Order: sequence, then C-alpha cells, then structure tokens
Amino acid sequence: MSIFINKQTRVLVQGMTGSEGTKHTKKMLASGTNIVGGVTPGKGGMIVEMDGHMLPVFNTVKEAVAATQADATVVFVPPKFAKSAVIDAIDAAMPLVVVITEGIPVHDTAAFFAYAQSKGVTRIIGPNCPGIITPGQSNIGIIPADITGSGPIGLVSKSGTLTYQMAYELRDIGISTAVGIGGDPIIGTTHIDCLRAFQDDPETEAIVMIGEIGGDAEERAADFIREYVTKPVVGYVAGFTAPEGKTMGHAGAIVSGSSGTAQGKKDALEAAGVRVGQTPSETARLMRAILKR
Amino acid sequence: MDLFEYQARDLFEKHGVPVLAGAVATTAAEAAAAAERIGGKVVVKAQVKVGGRGKAGGVKLAESAEDAREKAGAILGMDIKGHIVGKVMIAQAAPIDSEFYLAILLDRSNRTFLVMASVAGGMDIEAVAHETPEKLIKVPVNTIEGLSKAQALKIIQDAAFPADIEEKVAEVLVLLWGVFVAEDATLVEVNPLVKTTDGRVIALDGKVTLDDNAEFRHPDHEALVDHSAENALEEEAKAKNLNYVKLDGEVGVIGNGAGLVMSTLDVVAYAGEKFGGVKPANFLDIGGGASAQVMADGLSIILSDKDVKSVFVNVFGGITSCDAVANGIVQALSMLGDKANKPIVVRLDGNNVIEGRRILTEAAHPLVEQLDTMDGAAARAAELAAK
Repeated sequence: MSIFINKQTRVLVQGMTGSEGTKHTKKMLASGTNIVGGVTPGKGGMIVEMDGHMLPVFNTVKEAVAATQADATVVFVPPKFAKSAVIDAIDAAMPLVVVITEGIPVHDTAAFFAYAQSKGVTRIIGPNCPGIITPGQSNIGIIPADITGSGPIGLVSKSGTLTYQMAYELRDIGISTAVGIGGDPIIGTTHIDCLRAFQDDPETEAIVMIGEIGGDAEERAADFIREYVTKPVVGYVAGFTAPEGKTMGHAGAIVSGSSGTAQGKKDALEAAGVRVGQTPSETARLMRAILKR
Repeated sequence: MDLFEYQARDLFEKHGVPVLAGAVATTAAEAAAAAERIGGKVVVKAQVKVGGRGKAGGVKLAESAEDAREKAGAILGMDIKGHIVGKVMIAQAAPIDSEFYLAILLDRSNRTFLVMASVAGGMDIEAVAHETPEKLIKVPVNTIEGLSKAQALKIIQDAAFPADIEEKVAEVLVLLWGVFVAEDATLVEVNPLVKTTDGRVIALDGKVTLDDNAEFRHPDHEALVDHSAENALEEEAKAKNLNYVKLDGEVGVIGNGAGLVMSTLDVVAYAGEKFGGVKPANFLDIGGGASAQVMADGLSIILSDKDVKSVFVNVFGGITSCDAVANGIVQALSMLGDKANKPIVVRLDGNNVIEGRRILTEAAHPLVEQLDTMDGAAARAAELAAK
C-alpha cells in the first residue's frame, strides 16, 4: 500500500515537451512510473519518443483523459502559465495534480486552490514541491528514485532536499510514500492531509514529518497528531537561525514578528508527543530507535 | 517586498483610494520645497519599514515650509529601531475626527484572503486583536468572485463603523481590494483610515507587501526596490541570480535546496556552541544545478565576506550527481585562484557520491577537507572558524 499513488496510477505530464518536462519524464519513466501522455496546448496530435516510450501529446487535459484514462498529472509549465494548466486539469476532474513549478504568484495559487475546492474532486500537491514517490511503484515529480527503496516509513516534508536527505538516511529501512508538499505560502496538500493518509495506510508503520519556518502548518499538524495519529511520529524543523522578516529560499519560509518560528513549531510538536530531532541525522536516529532498526 | 509608506500612498492614489497630497524628500531642502508646494500645515514622517516611529519621534507636525525644513533635518538620519531614516514623507495635514483600521491580507492558514476591519484605528492592531478581539472583525474573501460592494458594506456594518461613513468606507474597501488584486499584493493595510472633521474618508497611512513571485507581470515594481537597504553582498548575489541572505556569523554556508540550507545553518549554529558560539555567516542556496560557474559565483561571494573564517559546502546529490558538484568545486577553485583563501569543508552525499568524493580527493586542493556526515562537517567548519 501507499498513499495517493501506486503502481496503477496513470500519469500525464503537463509541459512534457519543454526541457524540464522532457528531462523529468524520462527519469519518471526510468523509475517505473506509468506515464500515459503529455499535455502542451498547441502541440496536440504529436507523438513524442522518450527513451523508447512513444507518448501522445494533447492540447487539453480533458482530451488526454478521454484518450488515456489518466488519473494523475504533473505540472512542469513555467509560472506564467501554471494557473491555466492547473485549472485545465481541475476542469477535467483530475483526481491528483502535482505542481512542481516554483515561482507561481500566490494570487494564482489561491485562485486555483479555491477552484479545486469548489469542484471537490482534485487533490493538488505543491506548488513549488519535488512531488511524490511510492518507491518501486510510481514517482511523480523530480524526487530521485534511487535514493531509497520500499519500506514502512511515511515521509512528509516542505523541503525537497530534506526529503532526499531523510529518505537517504533511512534507505535501509525504506519508505512507503514520501510527499514533498512544497515551500509556498499556499499549498494544496498539507502536513495534516498526509498524516491522516499515513495513519490510515496499513503499510505505513511510522511517520517522519519535516517542517520549516513560516505559517502555522506545523502547529496545526501537532494538534491533529494529538487527536488522530496513533502511529509514532518523529519530526524535524528547519530554520532556527533564520532572522525575522527575511525570506529563506522558499517563498513561504519567513518568520513574521513572533509567528512562524522554528522554536514555536518544535515546542508544539513536542507537546503533542512528537520526538523532534536537532539535526536531520538525529531525527533519522530517533526513527531507528522507534522501529528498533 | 515591503513598501515604504510613500510608495503605498502612490499605489493607493493610482487606484483611486482617497489619500492626501504627499511627497517624498531625502534632504531638508527637498522637504521644505515639498511643504511649500503642498501648502499649509504638513506632517513630516520618517520613512522606515518598522512600526513605532511615532513614539520614536519620527513623525512631526510642521506649521510652515521653514518648519518642515527644520523637522525634516532632525528626522533624517535618525535611528529608529536600527533603521536609519533616509527619506521623509511630507504629507498634507488633516483635521481628524476619528480613526479606523482596514486591511486585506493573505491568510496562509485558511489558504485564502482575509479582510480585517476595526473601529479601533491608529493603534497597534496586534494589541487590538489581543486585548479587544471583539473590535476586530475578520472575513474571508472568495478568491474567485472577489469582493463586491455589498459584501464590503456588510463587513463595515458588522464592524460597527459609524453609519454616516459606512458607504464611503465600503467604497474605499472595494478600492483597496482592487489594489490588492491588481498589484499582486499579499498585504494592503490602512492604519489609520480617518474621517476628517469635514466628513471625508482618507487613507492616512498605508502598508503594502507585494508578491516577489509576481514580478514577471509587474515590470514597474522593480522601481520600488530599496537598494540602499540591501547589503552589498546580497546585491551582488542577486545580480548573479543567487539566493543569498547575509547573516552575522563566521561560517560561510553553501548548499542546495532551501530546506537543506536552512537546516545547515541550524546544524552549524548547534555545532558552533562547542566552539565559542560560532554561527553561520549566510544563507546561500545554489539550487539543483550546481554547475561550476554557479559554485564559483557562490564561493566568490562568500569568500569576499570579511566575516567569514571558514566555508561549509553541504550538498545532497538528488537530481544533480555528486561528481558534477565535485567537478564544480574543483573548477570553481581554479577560477578563483588566490581569491580562495579560507578553509573549505565539503560534505557530499547522495547520487554518485563515491565518484564525487574521489574527484575531490584526487584534486587534493590544500584548502579543501572532506567529511562524510553533515553533523561532522558542520562541527569541523565551526572548529576551523573558531581558530
């Protein structure tokens, strides 16, 4: 088992014919992802060869779904066109939309998120995220597939490289699903969504949750863990040394006044019974201790 | 990007929000000239991106142009909570009857936009929210439909604004929503919004934050950047498209990915506790690519920071393989030549790490030292910085 994606997931790539889209389509195919086609407005009807796979290109997600029965899409289009790409996917009633694009204006994200909510069908992951991987089954996005194998740990993180670091540290134990939820101020899938899914996933035995400064998602996740999660959770929070009022790489990673601090998040998680590591490696050791491996 | 008050005022004016005449001045003479143009009594207001300037003496009423010259002379150069005043705004003075509060902002928790309105204007709104929460009302806005006049009026009525101005305030709120959307703002705040003794409703002081991600559709926003506030190294990094933030420690940090770099800073500070409180000197994310040129640009900025005593390069090879990163480091060092003059601790892990480490070992650069773990490398970099 896994959360959100598995071997059967049929994936479209929006922006497949662009340079990033092409590069990562090949990588996703190489890691076993069932890619069924691409969407590039104006290039419908083309067939593109990707390392021996012949993939059809469509003008719209709706056309692509009709022809391929795709049930997930990954968005690689530039920030300027991301909003219309996501809305195209929502209009096609796409169950899962993974938005890799970094640099989307927050007004655009707010609009497509609200639109998805109003339709009630589409889960959005991201934007500004590395995607989601269920090792050995499906890999949607840019997470390097060979970092880790399949195992009992569920991983959710705002950061791409910390996802890789943690999955790598725990590679001998393995991951059920890893979700990079993204570092923007508004994201479609939250820590809480993933915690709930991991709690309900019989194959996930324990959960690693990685957060960072900005907003109050970690504090809310802590409340949720207290109420709902019975599986062990270990946590890590980045940004203790970040100065107030400075954006640290991710658009959402900013301490405003006394809110959004790493210390506040760590305290909230610990109060909910989550063991929080001081460094990524210590966090991995806490997980090992829990799983006795 | 946070705007100065005078920039917010100008944006408001552009979108029809009622404001008073105002002009910015960087010298006392300019202030006097602006006061002369505006005529009558004016207010001289320090332009700083921090609250509490009134209490600090940064806002003064001036009776005449000469008086404005004198007041501006006193305010320019003032230190307000670490912000040196480089500009003042000369604003027409208004006879104030009462003060209110309006704001539209990004509500991260609920993933939408929020209108806040209060009859307790002119005060610190966080204090109002804390002490008299019943006086601050918060209403989410449907991001697809926007804010209609009828909704705005309902909000103003619910916030118990005086009946005689509720229509005018609702109009202002709709205009502020226009600013928020048209300019891709994440915050538009008016505090205070005033009713004058002659019954006008005016945005007297404004705060605006613009979304940096939306710059591509606002070429005019570039002109609003305050280059004087930027650190020289930050300026140089920006010109080279590097994501760099100057901090006040001694260990220069380069890494890939915002989360990993933030984490690296923390791990350095944590390790530094054992070495006399050594701290990270900067945040620098070189992103996924980590080509030789990017690595050289990053290293050259960090090595030109006189506070830096050692450098920690912390890369996890995800998409990028470690051999490419190692080659980048080697080439960067040869590009930099004598400019590379501080010890560099490198920790590579992940994709193709064995080859990456071999390349660095073989290059045997005298300044470069490799460690296998992030925690160990952070400790070594801190130790070298403390020497």
